[in-house]
Amino acid sequence: MIGNDIIFSLSVRSVRVHLLRSVLAALGIVIGVVAIASIGMMGASMTLSVTDQLSDMANKLTVTPYRGGGGGMMGGPGGGGGSSDDDAITEKEFKTIQRIVTKYGTAYTLRSESDQIEVGSDKGRATIYGLDTEIMREILTVETGEYPKSTTTVVVGPTLAERLNLKIGSKIKIGDPDEGSTTTVRVVGILEERGMSMDLSTDMAIIGSDKLFVGIYGGEGEYDQVNVVVSDLNNIETVKTAIEDELNRKEDTVTVQDSSRMTESITETVSTMTTFVMAIAGISLLVAAVSIFNVMMMSVNERIREIGILRSIGTQRAEILRMFIYEAAIIGIVGAIIGAIVSLIIGYVIVVGMIGSAEYFFAPGSIIYVPMAMAVGAAICIITGIYPAWRASNLDPIEALQNE
Amino acid sequence: MSSPVIELMDVVRVYPLPSGDVTALKGVSLRIDEGEFVAIMGPSGSGKSTLLNQIGCLDRPTSGDLFLAGKNTREMDDRELTNLRLSSIGYIFQKFNLIPLLSAYENVEYPYIMKYRKNDDTGKVRDLLAMVGIDENLSAHKPNELSGGQQQRVAIARALVNDPAILLCDEPTGNLDSQTSLQIMEILADLHSRGRTLVMVTHNPETATYADRTITIRDGQIA
Repeated sequence: MIGNDIIFSLSVRSVRVHLLRSVLAALGIVIGVVAIASIGMMGASMTLSVTDQLSDMANKLTVTPYRGGGGGMMGGPGGGGGSSDDDAITEKEFKTIQRIVTKYGTAYTLRSESDQIEVGSDKGRATIYGLDTEIMREILTVETGEYPKSTTTVVVGPTLAERLNLKIGSKIKIGDPDEGSTTTVRVVGILEERGMSMDLSTDMAIIGSDKLFVGIYGGEGEYDQVNVVVSDLNNIETVKTAIEDELNRKEDTVTVQDSSRMTESITETVSTMTTFVMAIAGISLLVAAVSIFNVMMMSVNERIREIGILRSIGTQRAEILRMFIYEAAIIGIVGAIIGAIVSLIIGYVIVVGMIGSAEYFFAPGSIIYVPMAMAVGAAICIITGIYPAWRASNLDPIEALQNE
Repeated sequence: MSSPVIELMDVVRVYPLPSGDVTALKGVSLRIDEGEFVAIMGPSGSGKSTLLNQIGCLDRPTSGDLFLAGKNTREMDDRELTNLRLSSIGYIFQKFNLIPLLSAYENVEYPYIMKYRKNDDTGKVRDLLAMVGIDENLSAHKPNELSGGQQQRVAIARALVNDPAILLCDEPTGNLDSQTSLQIMEILADLHSRGRTLVMVTHNPETATYADRTITIRDGQIA
């Protein structure tokens, strides 16, 4: 219908006659759409990337000794809390946890200590983990080399390996020679990068067997942390409550943490930020609306006589209204389409630049901001056009005809 | 005996102004029959344009009745009056009043599209333009590329495209030189001879001689 609709073609011609003016008005919409869409996409991509990283651990719980102040968000392993502390998870407690968890998944113990290390002449500090050798095979991935089998062999994290130039066969001296004896271990494997994680951060760590760890630091039958892997995500809460109920019955002895609260709070922060910035971007659409309004009023005022002619030869009010709404819609839709194309380009550059991957950019949750911003831009245009169009359609034909 | 196409009964039009009401028409009664060519004359400010606007349904009487083709316009809403203007009335203005965004052809076709909701596929627009002396080459031009006489020819074709019962001409030659005026009046006279009803407002006695009947308005009343 619109194809040969003479009212629509009058609107198109009017836009074309005042091309520069219309383009400038559309530019406002372009900028508004670009601002909203690219910021929206950026926020969504960031949220997606964070949740993706964290959801890897969504099915994990960490159980750490209760340290009074409630454990802190990232009160992960390593840190300073060594085995010399009084608070540790005892073998008995671990058995209890294991008994609770059996139904839902697996639990394993973890010992950790931060210590001085020496590789050749290089000195540094690293986290040393003690893990069961069987568990090690399950939860860690060796990129090159193999898993440690004896009490003198270890695997190292990729960041540490790179920093200290460690290779398979390299020797590491653990411990401060000034304070006591040192232990020399041999690297047999280098791990895959694992990233920051709540349960176990291996990138900058040395991982050896439980026996090796106890051999250096002592602490037989005591653990720094118990990690629980739950096979069904829905049981996380149940397991968490069960452990807490069992072990903290008389007094608080352990802190059980899951990643869901962390995920939630990070996601919430990012989305609050995005919404706020998007609201600011929305102001640019408001400015665009004012400029469209101005252009439409100008268009109506310039064409008062023409409106008079159209009315006098039998054009209905509704058709005059339609003519001016179309005009605003053309400006809005063209602006929104250009804005969508530009925001795809700009959004892509920003997302790749900030997150380093376009993977999240094309996710539905992110790309949805383009049609959304387009719709908002076009809708604002059309709504802004309503008043000028209404005014045009309500002009008195005789007065309009007398207008010069 | 021909039937009345236009009948005004005691039409009064009052313009309410802050400085006091102005009565432009003080009870005009008038009957115009089918096929008549009536000239309305009178000095400026006499109310002749107001009268034409009443007949053309661009305005409503403050009191009194206006019958067009037997129908009382008092009972019509804006939508119906607009339809009446589209289908039953053809306007020819002093200032031609073509739509600047449309070509000559499209200007003539516009009321046809408004009425039938489709483009003219009967060749009517082309024939009407040929009848008023606008060839195909000229009909592709926009109004501002045409001379005054050519624009008025296009306007006449436009007024005729929906076969209106009445042709209303408001000073049709007022903006034209005498040579062109003559040509335009010849076209109007020709339309009259083919049975069209014409009502023409003019203050040129020479133009008025083409009409069957001349009505003179003075101070809002028929003199």
